[in-house]
Amino acid sequence: MIDMDENDISFFKDGLRLDGRRTDQLRPIKIEVGVLARADGSCYIEMGGNKVIAAVYGPREVHPRHLQEVTRAIVRYRYNMASFSVEERKRPGPDRRSYELSKVSREALEPVILTSYFPRSVIDVFVEVLQADAGTRTAGINAAAVALVDAGIPMKSMISACAAGKVADTIVLDPMKEEDNFGQADLPIAMTPNGDITLLQMDGNLSPDEFHMAVEMAMKGARDIYEIQRRALVEKYSQLEAPTVEVKACE
Amino acid sequence: MKNFGMDRMDRKVVVPGDLLSEDAKKSGDGTYVKDGRVYSLLYGLANYRDKINVIPLAGKYIPAPGDNVVGVVKDITFSNWIVDINSPYDGLLHISEFPKRIDAQEMSKYLRIGSSIMTKVKDVDPTMKVELTLNDRKLGKITTGQVIEISHTRVPRLIGKGGSMIGMLKKEVNCNIFVGQNGRIWINGGADDMDLALRTIHLIEKEAHTNGLTDRIVAFLKKEKGARS
Repeated sequence: MIDMDENDISFFKDGLRLDGRRTDQLRPIKIEVGVLARADGSCYIEMGGNKVIAAVYGPREVHPRHLQEVTRAIVRYRYNMASFSVEERKRPGPDRRSYELSKVSREALEPVILTSYFPRSVIDVFVEVLQADAGTRTAGINAAAVALVDAGIPMKSMISACAAGKVADTIVLDPMKEEDNFGQADLPIAMTPNGDITLLQMDGNLSPDEFHMAVEMAMKGARDIYEIQRRALVEKYSQLEAPTVEVKACE
Repeated sequence: MKNFGMDRMDRKVVVPGDLLSEDAKKSGDGTYVKDGRVYSLLYGLANYRDKINVIPLAGKYIPAPGDNVVGVVKDITFSNWIVDINSPYDGLLHISEFPKRIDAQEMSKYLRIGSSIMTKVKDVDPTMKVELTLNDRKLGKITTGQVIEISHTRVPRLIGKGGSMIGMLKKEVNCNIFVGQNGRIWINGGADDMDLALRTIHLIEKEAHTNGLTDRIVAFLKKEKGARS
């Protein structure tokens, strides 16, 4: 910001970013469904350097009882960062940041969940960040959405989340840690595959034009992530014919 | 021993929000309509027939009137037994729904905490108060045999179309079987027969989403029984 030339050199090399990505390229994503045996639904996701695990329990009885709603299920979302998830040990336990992320993430998912199907119950979502590398809230929402589907909870659609940012006066997709820490803006969004946005946050500064560009870019990223989420879920039950090895095992 | 009735090939794994049809009239169970189009509400198998139904692959059991369920008494109140039915909602078995007249003071003589019962959902109100009944000849307290638990989403497959699968199984393994819609199953028979029934049910559960299941189960049973004799 002080010296533009120096910023240009540090964030881009030969038109590519520090980790070799183009400006509109996502980091590699890996999604595994049903990784926890005890949970009703679960998902493990890696988005670049982020490693996040999500578990869904419910619908189940509400404790404490006074939180219960007579006509619908309530949704609880707990975002938590492991103390070892960042370079400098994070003091464990909820803090201002994780309260906020839990709230906005819950509100990003709630609109698609059919809570009226399960009066007097609760759907608990736990998101644990094991390793953080910028964009943990989007990774957490992506994992939580897959885990909710895996738990068999009726939903109007999936939710996919992705961020865009601005570094060295350039709009980039899915910023990594260096770009997030030293960049000029960060704009995470969450949306349904048909483009209804359920979360939109921004820190830093963007001009109206840059804002529109960043939203467009993040939406495109979220659509690509949706395809990966969907594929991970379909693959869990992909072989409609039983595998031949299994039949042999019966002999 | 071919059974093509059960094994439809027109099934597909879908996730919530998947577009299933442009024709709103085709909307069946597990789907919703928005702007005249049919979308999936669930993660499951879409069944394309006159209507499109999505059969869930996961999820909790939600009681519905008329369901047979296997429950465990978890508490006794003044005039109700509170019954765990493997669901987010507990079942209430009122004293008057017991086959014979009993005194409120003597409830625990007939069903204690921990007793397993084969019961039926009599009614469910909008706040999900679940009323159970024992007033049917096939219902009652479980005193022999064993109870196993599978995912309730696999129960339709275990029963089969018009009871074809369960009917075949009962005959082949020579066991008495009571299937609860909540995924709890009571089996009663000889030790070897029960063991075979158990393994067969677990096989059905594991492969419930596959095609040609009935044929494979018939073959499996034939092989197992051949090995025994």
